[in-house]
Amino acid sequence: MSVQARFGGEVMNRLDLTKRLIALLTHDEAVVGGIGNSNFDLMGAGHRPQNFYMLGSMGMAVPIGLGVALAQPERRVFVLDGDGSLLMNLNCLPTVAQVAPRNLTIVVWDNSAYQITGVQQTPTAERTDLVAVAQGAGILNAEWAKAEEHFEQLVERSLTEDGPHFIGVRVDQAPGQARPERDPVILKDRFMRGLGVK
Amino acid sequence: MNWAETTVQSLIETGIRLVTYVPDNMLVPLIAGFRADERMTVFSSTREEEAIGIACGAFLGGQRAVVMMQSSGFGNIPNALASLAVPYQIPVLMIITERGALGEYNSVQVPITRVIRPTLDALGIPHFTLDRADEVDFVTRRMASQCFNTQQPAALILSSLLTGGKQDR
Repeated sequence: MSVQARFGGEVMNRLDLTKRLIALLTHDEAVVGGIGNSNFDLMGAGHRPQNFYMLGSMGMAVPIGLGVALAQPERRVFVLDGDGSLLMNLNCLPTVAQVAPRNLTIVVWDNSAYQITGVQQTPTAERTDLVAVAQGAGILNAEWAKAEEHFEQLVERSLTEDGPHFIGVRVDQAPGQARPERDPVILKDRFMRGLGVK
Repeated sequence: MNWAETTVQSLIETGIRLVTYVPDNMLVPLIAGFRADERMTVFSSTREEEAIGIACGAFLGGQRAVVMMQSSGFGNIPNALASLAVPYQIPVLMIITERGALGEYNSVQVPITRVIRPTLDALGIPHFTLDRADEVDFVTRRMASQCFNTQQPAALILSSLLTGGKQDR
């Protein structure tokens, strides 16, 4: 059975859902945008000082989010990353499960493609279920969003209940149109000031 | 105090509060020393590259971190250094225990150890090799200070002359 058949939910749009997520954030929550379209659409949803945009280091979004979550235990932290990026560093999931930060939520935009390099297929297209992978790693609050409203419910739950949380979302292959500034030091400085640590 | 106790104390006193590591025999007394201090968050990562990412995130969140690894693990981290820590100017302090040098018995440990210093040099990352216990306090404090004040990663390489190294059984 294909992942799509097992999943059984809607294919949604990453920019639309990023906007819906940001609209639910009212306490200066930190958001780490993974490389490529994840942070293009994070920028497209409107810059906020608590956004961190990763320009390289594919696969490092979850570890960065884990570090922020540990350093800022009173702040909720969201990581937005693609299936290809997560697949590159799946070993981060057992670490998150072991450290168990109650304030960390991982959102995976799964379009089953390395979209930015020419839309080559990833293993999630036919075989790999990333929510099942997260559950197997020990992140028990892991669920596929079935539709837009369900995604919002899962985000709201992650804002009130202890994590770590993992939200899988099947998304289409519409490319992100916005681009964050490509000055890494400025991106770092803005984020740290946005968190009030600089 | 022995070299490990001195390292732990000097790093805690310079404000390090998070330690993540991929274990090595030579790191055992450091891991135990950090774990014994209730101010510290100490846990293992599954891969050294991940540990660099976690330490970068901790710094972005206002917490100073150190990453500890064996020399072979250095081979897993150049991209995280080159495309995250270095260009973003995120200070990550690394402690690398050296295999593949004095007394090495496993030939596969040797080539990666030859790569460490040239790679750090190519990335412009300062490093210092510690081989004497009486230098540990000064070097560790100064390297941590340089790392966090200049906002650049830095590495301390622990020689088997310091740690005793790993002997063949």
